[in-house]
Amino acid sequence: MSAVSAASTAPPANSPAAFYLNVNNIEVIYDHVILVLKGVSLQVTQGKIVALLGANGAGKTTTLKAVSNLLRAERGDITKGTIEFQGQRIDQLTPSELVKRGVIQVMEGRHCFQHLTVEENLLTGAYTRGGDRAGIKRDLEKVYEYFPRLKQRRGSQSGYTSGGEQQMTAIGRALMAKPEMILLDEPSMGLAPQIVEEIFEIVRDLNQREKVSFLLAEQNTMVALRYADFGYILENGRVVMEGDAKELLANEDVKEFYLGLSTAGRKSFRDVKHYRRRKRWLA
Amino acid sequence: MQFFFEVLIGGLLSGVMYSLVALGFVLIYKASGVFNFAQGAMVFFAALTFVGVMELGAPFALALVITFLAMVVLGVVTEKFVLRPLVNQPQITLFMATIGLAFLIEGLAQGVWGASVRGLEIPGIQDEPIQWAMDQWGIGISRFDLFAAGVSAVLVSVLAVFFNKTRVGRALRAVADDHQAALAIGIPLQNIWRIVWAVAGFVALVAGLMWGARNGVQFALTFVALKALPVLIIGGFESVAGAIVGGLIIGAAEKLGEVYLGPMVGGGIEGWFPYVMALLFLLVRPEGLFGERHIDRV
Repeated sequence: MSAVSAASTAPPANSPAAFYLNVNNIEVIYDHVILVLKGVSLQVTQGKIVALLGANGAGKTTTLKAVSNLLRAERGDITKGTIEFQGQRIDQLTPSELVKRGVIQVMEGRHCFQHLTVEENLLTGAYTRGGDRAGIKRDLEKVYEYFPRLKQRRGSQSGYTSGGEQQMTAIGRALMAKPEMILLDEPSMGLAPQIVEEIFEIVRDLNQREKVSFLLAEQNTMVALRYADFGYILENGRVVMEGDAKELLANEDVKEFYLGLSTAGRKSFRDVKHYRRRKRWLA
Repeated sequence: MQFFFEVLIGGLLSGVMYSLVALGFVLIYKASGVFNFAQGAMVFFAALTFVGVMELGAPFALALVITFLAMVVLGVVTEKFVLRPLVNQPQITLFMATIGLAFLIEGLAQGVWGASVRGLEIPGIQDEPIQWAMDQWGIGISRFDLFAAGVSAVLVSVLAVFFNKTRVGRALRAVADDHQAALAIGIPLQNIWRIVWAVAGFVALVAGLMWGARNGVQFALTFVALKALPVLIIGGFESVAGAIVGGLIIGAAEKLGEVYLGPMVGGGIEGWFPYVMALLFLLVRPEGLFGERHIDRV
């Protein structure tokens, strides 16, 4: 485990301009009535992996989609707050413009183009780059270097490849857009633990060698925190806890409620209520 | 034997005409997963506009360009006012929208150009047998049918290259597979849809010219879309090649059926024979010969 957290490169605290991605107190409403995010703020520092954790329905996916501007296609709307990337507002851009700026989302459940071959899938990722043939070809080889398995299967329709291969295809496809930041939604979904490790190893590799920053939403708290630099825990559309990944891993409450580990044996229900109360205060 | 071949060739060539109409369906289905009920109306609209512009005194080539532009405008307007508000809606919703669109386009075309039947001439191409084939083999092949087949062949080759080899073509297929994922990787859906409706408009224009030249430009042109249905079922909804092969099969089968099976049941089977074939095909191979198999992971 060699999580990069060199304190010297970290930006000075409390200066929002220094943050690469700055989500500032956003509120999201679906269909004009369903309030999903109730003021979420989070920051990603350049070159880091930040994990967004929480149970089902906590708002992880919605937060990612708010950043990538895919909300509007699902009748969701950001009603309050701002989102900045490299110091510029991005909440009014179309997804296409955002991809050109270097922010791309890998959606939950892979969403490969099933009837296209693996290679065609990867090539569609380069759509926003236009006719830069030489560069696209070079990057295709690079993706194959990271995912040798995809090279073997380049000619198969991606609908017939395995879940792990599809997740690799989805990540590789995003890489083809030359992103500076990838929003990765639930990469571990439906995959065997071994494949999950493999994918997270590649994520870390990409982070260190290609300097891609990651904001990843995960249910698998343990794995996510092992690979991430920083973590946010969402609950009911609010950030209830945040901290260094290592600190969160060591935190008693996180252990108890998200990792199912408890050092102090069974706790009584009263303590749970106390915990909830405390969380509400934190939020 | 000569008679058999004459019927067969005549059938294959008329099948190409069905393929032309089916192509328009395939294009839109491939790119947006929508069965565009308005395709027949678009064929009618294109033919009527073309004839109307000709009547105003424009030469053939100019009329062609003007009609093409009109089809592009129609496509762009459709995208903006019909498809865009319905992004991510169930397919049945989009299908219903195209039914409404069909009536709108039919009404619009007749409102602007009138509802009378008009003739359409493609210069230099007459519907008469080719003398050479007559002398050589004693088979009558219509010059017009052959011309239509040639046009379709060119159209299909161009479309096949476009879909499989170009960046935009690949994006079109991607959009057909998964709107959301396409959006997420930065493919601008709206541009893609505009392009595909414009291309479908162009195909409708070609089909309208061919059918208009053969049967006259009249409201009945909208019904050629119904003839395209069995073609699509046999060939597959997603395949350009399927539209062609399906058309050939239907064309040959209906003519041969009429000539050889017709007398047994008192004739007149040409009208319904294709639909029976389509029905049988649905039982055996519902995705059609070249259609994309629905991929399920188990």
